[in-house]
Amino acid sequence: MNWKRAALTTALVGGPVIALLAYGMTRDPREIPSPLPGHLAPVFTGAVFAPGNDDGLRLAVGDTVRLAEHRGRVVVVNFWASWCLACRTEHQALSTVARNYAPQGVKFFGMLYNDETPNGVNWIEQMGGQAYPALSDPGARTAIDYGLYGVPETFVVDQRGFVAKKFVGPVEAGEMSKLLDSLLLTTGAPNASTNAVAPVPKSLPSADTKR
Amino acid sequence: MMVALTAARRAMLALVFAVAPLLQAAAQSDPAPSAAPQTVLVPPAGVDSVLDARVKTVASRLRCPVCQGESIQDSPAELSAQMRLLVREQLATGRTESQVFDYFVQKYGQWILLEPRAEGINLLVYWLPILFLVLGSVGLMMAVKKWTRPATIAD
Amino acid sequence: MTRILGLAAIWVALAMAVGGIVLSIVGLTRKKPALVQSAFQTIYVTFALLSLAVGAMIYALVTHDFSVGYVAQVGSRSTPTFYTVISLWGALEGSILFWGWVLAMYSAVVVWSNRHRPGGLVPWSGATLQLICLFFFILLVGPANPWHLVSPTPLDGPGPNPLLQNHILMGVHPPLLYLGYVGMSVPFSFAIGALLAGEIHSADWIVLTRRWTLSAWALLSMAIIAGMWWSYEVLGWGGYWAWDPVENASFMPWLTATAFLHSVMVQERRGMLKLWNVNLIVSTFLLTILGTFLTRSGIISSVHAFTTGTIGYYFLGFIAVCLVASLILVAGNSEGLRSEGHLDAAASRETVFLFNNLFLTGFTFVVVLGTLFPLVAEAFKGVKVTVGAPFFNKMTIPICVALLFLMGVGPALPWKVATQQQLKKMFVLPSVVTAVIIVLSLVFGMRDPYAIGAFAFAGFALTSNVREYVVGAMARVRAHGEVFPVALVRLVAANRRRYGGYLAHMGIIMVAAAITASSSFRYEREATLKPGQIMPIKGDLSVRLKQLWGRDEPQREVVGADVEILNGMNVIGMLDPRMNFYKSQDQPVPTPAVRSRPSGDVYINLMAYTPDGQSATLRVIVEPFVPWIWFGGLVVALGAMISSWPTSRREPKSVPYVTTRAVPVGVPEPAFGNAGISTATPSSLPPHTS
Repeated sequence: MNWKRAALTTALVGGPVIALLAYGMTRDPREIPSPLPGHLAPVFTGAVFAPGNDDGLRLAVGDTVRLAEHRGRVVVVNFWASWCLACRTEHQALSTVARNYAPQGVKFFGMLYNDETPNGVNWIEQMGGQAYPALSDPGARTAIDYGLYGVPETFVVDQRGFVAKKFVGPVEAGEMSKLLDSLLLTTGAPNASTNAVAPVPKSLPSADTKR
Repeated sequence: MMVALTAARRAMLALVFAVAPLLQAAAQSDPAPSAAPQTVLVPPAGVDSVLDARVKTVASRLRCPVCQGESIQDSPAELSAQMRLLVREQLATGRTESQVFDYFVQKYGQWILLEPRAEGINLLVYWLPILFLVLGSVGLMMAVKKWTRPATIAD
Repeated sequence: MTRILGLAAIWVALAMAVGGIVLSIVGLTRKKPALVQSAFQTIYVTFALLSLAVGAMIYALVTHDFSVGYVAQVGSRSTPTFYTVISLWGALEGSILFWGWVLAMYSAVVVWSNRHRPGGLVPWSGATLQLICLFFFILLVGPANPWHLVSPTPLDGPGPNPLLQNHILMGVHPPLLYLGYVGMSVPFSFAIGALLAGEIHSADWIVLTRRWTLSAWALLSMAIIAGMWWSYEVLGWGGYWAWDPVENASFMPWLTATAFLHSVMVQERRGMLKLWNVNLIVSTFLLTILGTFLTRSGIISSVHAFTTGTIGYYFLGFIAVCLVASLILVAGNSEGLRSEGHLDAAASRETVFLFNNLFLTGFTFVVVLGTLFPLVAEAFKGVKVTVGAPFFNKMTIPICVALLFLMGVGPALPWKVATQQQLKKMFVLPSVVTAVIIVLSLVFGMRDPYAIGAFAFAGFALTSNVREYVVGAMARVRAHGEVFPVALVRLVAANRRRYGGYLAHMGIIMVAAAITASSSFRYEREATLKPGQIMPIKGDLSVRLKQLWGRDEPQREVVGADVEILNGMNVIGMLDPRMNFYKSQDQPVPTPAVRSRPSGDVYINLMAYTPDGQSATLRVIVEPFVPWIWFGGLVVALGAMISSWPTSRREPKSVPYVTTRAVPVGVPEPAFGNAGISTATPSSLPPHTS
């Protein structure tokens, strides 16, 4: 029984394997980091199907919202669906924060994901109304443009048009408020990332042209 | 009692767009009770079938974000159908396959590719097995040679 | 009551396992045979206890005893009885219980059928098996406890996962899988037992190990094919293999076991590759545990992933213990296992087996690396990557083609050495067939080199293997004057191991050719139809939507489409793809409808429909030759069964009870000629019968 060889082999072979598997236990394979934070938020155009009742925008059903028009303001885009259970949890929080920050020019928009607008309207009614407008996203073009994995997902876009943060899952009012506060404080450039990802060339069709 | 599928209509609209051309239109038909045309009319063959093949190739290498490891080509999920349509449009407007992949990687990260790009650390997963087999074959051939030589005094 | 009974049975079994291990160790080290016998008794009792526990669980499931945690999790009053019974293995806790039972059964059968064998092999192997059992019993009273009390008792449950209620194959695939998968614990326990008993150098334990490996391998082969069939019929994408981690988990040990079944023959004949074979056996078992760990720990996302929790940590600990123990034992004894390699010629069956092992091991390496690579990339670069089907297909198809080639060369080459003449004789016909197939493939418009190569070498291998049968039978006809069919039967009976193996080869060839054909010639169409409309598919084939319907079933609501299959204007079949809406799920579960014929399948999936029933979107896939995959699996199993059919030859001499010193290196191993292996004869001579 060659103990030296046994020990050596165990260390060389067993060590790395067990280390790798142990490392794997600390990771969650379903948590996929988004490449969007730190980059320009994809522009979108959405049609309003349910106007917000307290956001100062005075939009009507059928109006078009363009992200580009809100450059200079902090924008929060929340993707949701009427069939999404977790979306119910965060709705109250979102509406409250939207109402609180509307005076400071923060714009909230709900983007409907893979659902019918009548269902969306009913859902909003059931939930007791919504402070901010709900937009439709036919063909999930905007959702794909934002790299959506599911709902709810919420993107916060800063004044320069960069994605500051992506929330996966139901948003907490406290967390959201803190982030909005920090963004509103900075007047200059927030953390523009220097990640070397090539921006989408201008000659290519952007996601919202084809209907 | 039928149960409505949310967004079923939208899915179907998207799918009609993506429908492949017929090989031949069936001219005659059974006398059918309904007055609807017997054969489905779809975009004619030609450019579309080439585009279809390209869409299929690209879609087979993109991962469905809401499924477990399926490609958007195989997955029945609505998001997959929508992504396939987007792929189709992008290819139809002249983007190359590589550009389409780049687009999705920008949105979803490297994870969206079903096969890791052969760069950086990913080269390991491609080259290690190749090295294993090549070196193994060479080593084995040398070993067989050694083992088949006539027995010498040392053996 | 049932709950208490089941839980108590597990606790007692746990105590028995601990007791048995202690008894074995003391009995072996202090040379007290009585203690060893008692240890054996505990193994039998453990099996009885686990049977009791499983029986109690099935009873609880069928009587809808929702006070039992597992029943509350997977039971439902509206689930049909068949699916209620098979929900035993449908979720984590039940599957661990089932694993424990299969393992206890194997332990009992292994020990009982070898109880008279003197020596330390059986007691040490039994103790090893009990150690593995102990781990699973700890799981069953810990993180995977199916017996915990649910209070207050619910009135009903959510039922099993809807995907597991759609097809009867769910009653076939898991039992086969567990029998095969868990069965790989037996060869492992023999290897460890032999190492601990100092019998690793004798030829005994390898014979025993080979037989058990062969039967577990046959079951695992059938299980993998059944799994492919289930996934094909249920999941709706028209495919049968996606390189999902759980599929890889079952495949990796199969590959190393296949390698072992070949290289063991080299060990038996030449005394070579002893260390290699031990490594293969140990790796096979470790891969089964790794596979289970991957699907139950949540470190890799998979279609099959059971709910995760702390159980991953237990499995990690178990892998660590098994890995470290195996490495220490094998590496520590490796010097004694090395033997001089000596071959008569490069052109011999031995050489083919060596390359077969290289390719199979390479194949395993690709699958292991690909499955684990996302972790590696994340560990070193912090980026999440996907290693999916395109990667695995790209990397493994060439290896498969090479293996098909070897499958044709191996059976034709004799052991030891082949003369030029022999080579010419044996390979002329197969080579001609290969060339013809290549030409035909090109003529039919095939351009993918790997697909053509796969067909070509499949033909090569098939010809070669069939030729072995024909030549052997013809030799008997000449020598004994038998009629051909009789000669064939007697040929196989006299050389079961060899001809069973060739039959298994033919099964694999069938599977490989069918997979190649169905992916090369697959044809897909999708369209939205109104009732009465026809969608042409290919040639004369078309489908017509008759109507959409809906109905309520106790456990679900079903929406289906009646679709007629037309050849020209004749209705040749009818299919009803469906969407199933379960109360517990947001999204519906589609069930495709498949019409199978030997020439291929018509596969229809209902993709979408309008609530008014006025249109349905159907995806129709034509899958040529797919039923040959399932049939090929049966042939493989049949071949393995023939190969392992016991002969009446006597067992080799056993080692005396007191453990002996290792056989010194350099002593030539006896040429091992029993169990149906014929000693090297050129194929043209009649095989001897005895």
